[in-house]
Amino acid sequence: MLRYSLRRFLGAIPTLLILIALAFFMIRLAPGGPFDAERALLPEIEANLRAAYHLDEPLPMQFVRYLGNLARADFGPSFQYRDYTVTELIMTGFPVSLRLGGSAMVVALLFGISAGSLAALRQNTRTDYTVMSLSMTGISIPNFVMAPLLILLFAVYLGWLPAGGLGEGSWRNMVLPVISLALPQIAYVARLTRGSMIEVLRSPFIRTAKAQGLPMYKILIRHALKPALLPVVSYLGPATAAVITGSVVIEQIFGVPGLGRFFVQGALNRDYTLVMGVVVFYGVLIIVFNFLVDLAYAWLDPKVKYG
Amino acid sequence: MSAATSQAVGEDIPGRSLWNDAWRVLRRNRAAVASAILISVMAVLVIVGPLFSSYAYDFTDWSNLSIGPSFETGHIFGTDTLGRDLFVRTLYGGRVSLMVGIVATIVSLVIGISYGATAGYLGGRLDHIMMRIVDILYALPFMFLVILLMVFFGRHIVLIFVAIGAINWLDMARIVRGQTLSLKNKEFVEAAEAQGVTAFAILRRHIVPNLLGVVAVYVTLTIPQVILVESFLSFLGLGVQEPMTSWGALVKDGSEELESAPWMLTFPALFLAATLFCFNFLGDGMRDALDPKDR
Repeated sequence: MLRYSLRRFLGAIPTLLILIALAFFMIRLAPGGPFDAERALLPEIEANLRAAYHLDEPLPMQFVRYLGNLARADFGPSFQYRDYTVTELIMTGFPVSLRLGGSAMVVALLFGISAGSLAALRQNTRTDYTVMSLSMTGISIPNFVMAPLLILLFAVYLGWLPAGGLGEGSWRNMVLPVISLALPQIAYVARLTRGSMIEVLRSPFIRTAKAQGLPMYKILIRHALKPALLPVVSYLGPATAAVITGSVVIEQIFGVPGLGRFFVQGALNRDYTLVMGVVVFYGVLIIVFNFLVDLAYAWLDPKVKYG
Repeated sequence: MSAATSQAVGEDIPGRSLWNDAWRVLRRNRAAVASAILISVMAVLVIVGPLFSSYAYDFTDWSNLSIGPSFETGHIFGTDTLGRDLFVRTLYGGRVSLMVGIVATIVSLVIGISYGATAGYLGGRLDHIMMRIVDILYALPFMFLVILLMVFFGRHIVLIFVAIGAINWLDMARIVRGQTLSLKNKEFVEAAEAQGVTAFAILRRHIVPNLLGVVAVYVTLTIPQVILVESFLSFLGLGVQEPMTSWGALVKDGSEELESAPWMLTFPALFLAATLFCFNFLGDGMRDALDPKDR
């Protein structure tokens, strides 16, 4: 187990380096720069600014310097928000994004697994068809379409929930963003759970449990759920990536001041360090999460050998 | 794949190919058939529809700014805040969305098949290295890189194809490699090898044609994904540029005028969702029909 973890961990390092290199060189090679303002700066001032941020050095040098700073968890100063470091900005945005994304994941898993199991138990009945067509709808309506539709219905017409903002952290402000973010994931999780649950319910050990006269809910919870959830566990990695990407638009639509908004604003303002910071931060997060998911999978599935 | 084969019960029994079988199963799946018909209708509407409209997609009707759907004015879906006819714009947006969906899918198809089939057929060390590269790329949060690409290098439509194709070929490569691995030990491949056919010719004549079933399923499921990515980018304002439009861009415009002009959101959203829905249903149906495991 330890050797397996170590190997997987070492395997993640090239991924991370490639991500950093891709983002770094793509940004630096792009036309335009952080000091392109409507009012042109004096050439001397711009040269001084560039020197202060080490932008005058050759690119490979800058890259090595950036990597060195990253190793010390220093993302550098933001170009746009002059008085803040990127680390500070990430630390203000991330808790908000985490709350949004985390709630969406929990909601997606809870509802997805229950709906999927229900559909599997009632396979080929009306319940099954309803769950499956609902989840097909969930997959087919992108979250940035769902979000404005939900606002239209619940905020504009019915007036039950606020249309955006944080509202001093009230749960009412989180309902619509979390639902819009979670719906497609609920749908995917439900489909995955249904498929694997049907397969598990057909297997001999469930038949044995039934023959022994265990009530269905006990069979489900004690025996069927764990093997049936394996595909869901391996879907957790892509799901996290999808939720993080989705939160970029959802935060934009609902005016939630999270990391996703920093990313889009930063990209538009050519705030090199901020954009790099968000990409690297999320990249590390996704890679670490995938690593944990793999470990959990290996631990859950007795068939997987960690060699 | 003709419908006539199923009735051809005469003196000699026709052979049952994979495609004949698949076609028979698919036709029984009503949701898939309805989806296929709806997709065709959508395609025809999007291509031909604008020809019959009396408004151009970038024409501003100054006397009808931001009006709701009505037959009297001829704007059956209403107009946007700039007085442009929403019906025509929705159809033009559909042209862009569907075209991006198909072209980017072909891009990822070509890369994915050549990469996956090569890795799977040649095998060994090369396969190992090639699949490690796929693993590494797979773990990257590509959407962020695509957003950067669009922001920094302009919103050219070719760039959209390349960017989206670059994400989607990974899945395809994995699936194709898996299939190739199981195909390459089959007798007909051995026979070809024994006759001294070159590796490239075996791939082209024997491996790739046998992959088409899986690929067909995957293509139908990739097209909606690509349309989704394109509309995501357009929604962030990074897709096609004004006055040209796509469904994602229209949804974005609509979501900004939610309270004053809800029809600007609902019509494009409906078209987008219906198209994605149909492609997903058709893909599911095709998977049921073409997946040999379910026989």
